Amino acid sequence: MVRLDCRGEDCIVKVRDLDKKYYRGNEVIDVLRGTNLDVSPGEFIAFMGPSGSGKTTLLNLVGGLDEPTAGTIFIGGEELNKLSRRELARFRARYIGFIFQLYNLIPVLTAYQNVQLPLLLTSLSKKERIKHVETALAIVGLTGRMKHFPSQLSGGEAQRVAIARAIVTDPVLLLCDEPTGDLDRETGDGILELLGRLSKEFGKTVLMVTHDARAAAVADSILHLDKGILVEAQEPGVF
Amino acid sequence: MKYLHIILANLKRKKFRTILTIGSFAAALFLFGLLTVIDKAMNSGADFAGADRLLVINKVSLIMPLPYAYLERIRQIEGIEEVTFSVWFGGVYQDPKNFFPNIAIDTGTYRRVYSDIVIADGQWNDFLADRQGAIVGQDLAKRFGWKIGDRIPLEGTIWPGVWEFNIRGIWEMEDKSLPSSDFYFRYDYLEEQRPWGKGTVGWYIVKVTDPSAGAGIVSAIDGRFENSPYETKTDTEKVFLTGFANQIGNIRLIIISVGAVVFITLLLVTGNTMAISVRERTGELAVLKTLGFSDAGVLGLVVSESLLISGIGGLIGLALVKLFTLGGDPTGGFLQVFYLPPEAIGVGFLIALLMGFVAGFIPGVNAMRLRIVTAFRRI
Repeated sequence: MVRLDCRGEDCIVKVRDLDKKYYRGNEVIDVLRGTNLDVSPGEFIAFMGPSGSGKTTLLNLVGGLDEPTAGTIFIGGEELNKLSRRELARFRARYIGFIFQLYNLIPVLTAYQNVQLPLLLTSLSKKERIKHVETALAIVGLTGRMKHFPSQLSGGEAQRVAIARAIVTDPVLLLCDEPTGDLDRETGDGILELLGRLSKEFGKTVLMVTHDARAAAVADSILHLDKGILVEAQEPGVF
Repeated sequence: MKYLHIILANLKRKKFRTILTIGSFAAALFLFGLLTVIDKAMNSGADFAGADRLLVINKVSLIMPLPYAYLERIRQIEGIEEVTFSVWFGGVYQDPKNFFPNIAIDTGTYRRVYSDIVIADGQWNDFLADRQGAIVGQDLAKRFGWKIGDRIPLEGTIWPGVWEFNIRGIWEMEDKSLPSSDFYFRYDYLEEQRPWGKGTVGWYIVKVTDPSAGAGIVSAIDGRFENSPYETKTDTEKVFLTGFANQIGNIRLIIISVGAVVFITLLLVTGNTMAISVRERTGELAVLKTLGFSDAGVLGLVVSESLLISGIGGLIGLALVKLFTLGGDPTGGFLQVFYLPPEAIGVGFLIALLMGFVAGFIPGVNAMRLRIVTAFRRI
């Protein structure tokens, strides 16, 4: 058991005895085993570990994209396991922003329309939606690229659009899966700087999976996973 | 409406495929519309039929005559208000393809039986005053550009020679949606000029006082001429005209069969297209779900897309039929009532939407059931 240092009710993420098994024929694969984790609001945590160590699985479970085999996950006091699929979808829309390695933008929609997607699920008026999208795109520095399609954007720009989409509903938690994995070093640094700013300036809680020690160094703390077990905590800047 | 741009953007993704799918719906609905027009045309006689009219024909066949002398004998039967008669002339105007019914009528009784035929009294009186006079339906007059006073020659096919007529009036139906494409002339002129068949008529039309007593009168008429050389067969006008249309086959059954095959094929093709379209977008659908779109929301997007395709295709198909019918009967008179009724447009559009819904529903359910993590693993 590691990282249970969050102070009681203040935890934004609380994971207890989390197991995740996959079944391949008769073979059982333990992806996560007895994982416990507390995350305080505004924290920026990087998860590192070899491929197959369960980093992305942990992120998916915390994001409510997958169901655990055992254990519980609380986000802001809400136990994800107890939510229906519909409630979980609504919960994600309201409280969680997702950033992926391959941006996952909808290719037939413009940058503006991609960023607007989560807002369509809210009761905001068109005027309000426009304002929110413009603000989000301004934060990521892409005001001038609103009408561009993903194919007309560079990798860094596309990832910034994805970040704008993730923050447009003002979620409390940002889940980033290898956000710089598909970018060159310079562009990746820009994205990391932006994520850092979102954590420091805007108080977002950021959980980031990465293979890159340089990327992880931006986080407040780094957690290592190995064979489905959170094995150690490490302060950044050691690399 | 706030999701419309997503649906439209998806349709633009593979423009050629979308156009072809819309085209499939348009073609199917065009066929549906056209079959409906033909059905309407073939059965228009039944709409024309009066509930209080009976038709008396020769029991052997419609083309066999009946004696003129039956007129008074029929009239004597109780419950009959009036009796008139007609003779099929079968004349040709300029070219055999210019088909239209030309019929000799009894001027003394015809209007009393067909009170739903509207003609100005002055024109009717002119018709009565001219032995070679004729009155033509408004549709027919429009078709050939005829006007009152024109002299019309018809080449006789039953009674040979060129028969000349003077147009003395133009009539129309009280219900203007019904066709007015018959050419009527005087029986006495035919009787005087024809070399054979004198003293006979083609069929009698009986107007009954009480339509509910029709069955008894039918028996009474046929019973009166039983075992005579000219036995009769009496039916309501509606039964007679429907049967006449069905002589070339059960039109409605043919139309339903063809339509069903077309729509089932359309359903399979469109369903497959939608399934492919959804499969190609597995990753994007997973992204939408990740962002918080519910299962029902994703189903709604897929089904809406399919509905939009089917709706646009259906409207195009039906609009093309409407345009086609505006050009009038393309058969030169065989399909006298040639129009697409508004209710058929409504039914066709609903069928298109139903097809679209069914075609989009199964791929939509698959999209709905899609597990986000599984989908991301695939891309």
